Amino acid sequence: MSDHAHDIRRYPGARALTVVFFLWLYLPIAVVIAFSFNQNRLVSVWTGFSTEWYAAALANAALMDALKVSLTVAVIATTGATAIALMAAMVLSRAPRKGAYRLSEVVVNLPLMLPEIVVAVAVLILFSQLGLANGMLKLTLAHMAFCTPFAFLPIRARLQGMSRDFEEAAQDLYAPPLTAFRRVTLPLIAPGVFAGAMLAFVMSMDDFITSNMLNSGGTTTLPVYIFALIKRGTTPELNAISTLLILASLVIATIALLASARAMRRDL
Amino acid sequence: MKALRTFRFWGLAPAWLLMGLTLIIPIGIVAGVSLGDRGPYGGFDWALNFTSYREILFTMGWTDELEFDPKYLMIIGRTLAYGLATTAICMALSVPVAYVIANAREGWKPVLVYLVTLPFWVSMIVRVYAWLIILGNEGLAEKTWKFFGGGDVDTFLFTPGAMLVGMVYSYIPLMVLPVYAAIEKLDPALLEASHDLYGNRWTTLRRVILPLTWPGLSAGAILVFVPAIGTVLEPMLLGGGKQMMMGTLIQTQFGGGRNWPFGAAVAMVLMALVVIVLILNARRAAGAAKEAAA
Repeated sequence: MSDHAHDIRRYPGARALTVVFFLWLYLPIAVVIAFSFNQNRLVSVWTGFSTEWYAAALANAALMDALKVSLTVAVIATTGATAIALMAAMVLSRAPRKGAYRLSEVVVNLPLMLPEIVVAVAVLILFSQLGLANGMLKLTLAHMAFCTPFAFLPIRARLQGMSRDFEEAAQDLYAPPLTAFRRVTLPLIAPGVFAGAMLAFVMSMDDFITSNMLNSGGTTTLPVYIFALIKRGTTPELNAISTLLILASLVIATIALLASARAMRRDL
Repeated sequence: MKALRTFRFWGLAPAWLLMGLTLIIPIGIVAGVSLGDRGPYGGFDWALNFTSYREILFTMGWTDELEFDPKYLMIIGRTLAYGLATTAICMALSVPVAYVIANAREGWKPVLVYLVTLPFWVSMIVRVYAWLIILGNEGLAEKTWKFFGGGDVDTFLFTPGAMLVGMVYSYIPLMVLPVYAAIEKLDPALLEASHDLYGNRWTTLRRVILPLTWPGLSAGAILVFVPAIGTVLEPMLLGGGKQMMMGTLIQTQFGGGRNWPFGAAVAMVLMALVVIVLILNARRAAGAAKEAAA
């Protein structure tokens, strides 16, 4: 212990700063969760423990509608984005990294490079020009686009780290390409596909900017509804809703991150 | 060989179709709209003029002459200033944090990395809302301030400080992760060598650790700066409309303000700024690769 003071790898204060950093990182989440159990109507005055705001939130029909829209859009967008990302990853992980393939990789990851507000405006103008009236279709297409890179990156990483021996063995044993993919490749990359789909789902559920821009009657998603509530004033019910969304995000993200960590670790 | 090409073509076709339909073509249309005329009730009419770009710098005076008006230029300047300040604070914070994580016990490292990433997956609107409660009237910030004997404060909200806290909070995981990856790879022998050559901790930090962490810091800077200059929620909720940024300016042009060509022009300027940053970064990365090869 005594040699700590002389250990050149230790910087005085760095540890304390890191502890403060982590507290600061979780302080806002803790505050929202704590005040969701507050009895008082005023958000910041604690008067006692109560779960009445959760009951109020669950009985709120507008909230349930928003949740339904969010879930529908997220499920369809995730399915589409994962399928598209899987196909692109299958090609790009085996193709030479140059020319059209390199460009394709940039295109798949394009939503990560452009400011979301610009993309949201662009999609809004395009749909108004096309005269597309179906709000759910618009929302789902836009979500599918920005979810694709989040599905793509874990799948691509998994394919990259995988040996092709099993697939070649299947082909040597006269398995048609589709059978080899279904029976050999897909089970091997399943953790990557699962992690990618989960991350895409969280991104879709949590999105505000695009959903707000494309918002029209009947397509209000959960984050857009929360924004409308915030504009009306902070209430404990808002904290209860936010807490439920926080828990959902944290659980799904944790499952996804564990799956992708496992996908990276298992030696092939 | 032909089968392989067909497979590759059809494998990539859906991705190109989706991105073409929702990104590439729409952005082309935005470029077109920015040259169009303002429609009477929102919307726009196709045209070919630079009125909307001129509007960023000039307003039409009473007698139809152009007057230089810096109000939008100030919004662009403020956007860049907040973007740079957020990036700088994230850099300064992430070096010690990433260093401590990289030197933690083996079993702890993935746990700490996971804890840094986790808040990033919570919805942006909820994260900004949380700061709204903390910084708001009678909130935790005000109570803590008074507890430590601070004088009367009007409110912490709607100040540059509130904006920066919210923005740094939103984007810091994007900085810590690449910086951690760079520090993790650092060879401890180099630190010992520096020490053996009579370098103290701070010399070692300045001459050994920071230069070797630079690739991580610059990668993180891009990841933070790009979304930071396009941000919408922090200026709307924590800035309270007083701190208009480019994202909010674009947003209002398609909502209440309703001048689509002007909004499209601002969107093109924002995109140009991002593209410039990405190009500078690509050139720097190419230069660094060449240097490493030589």
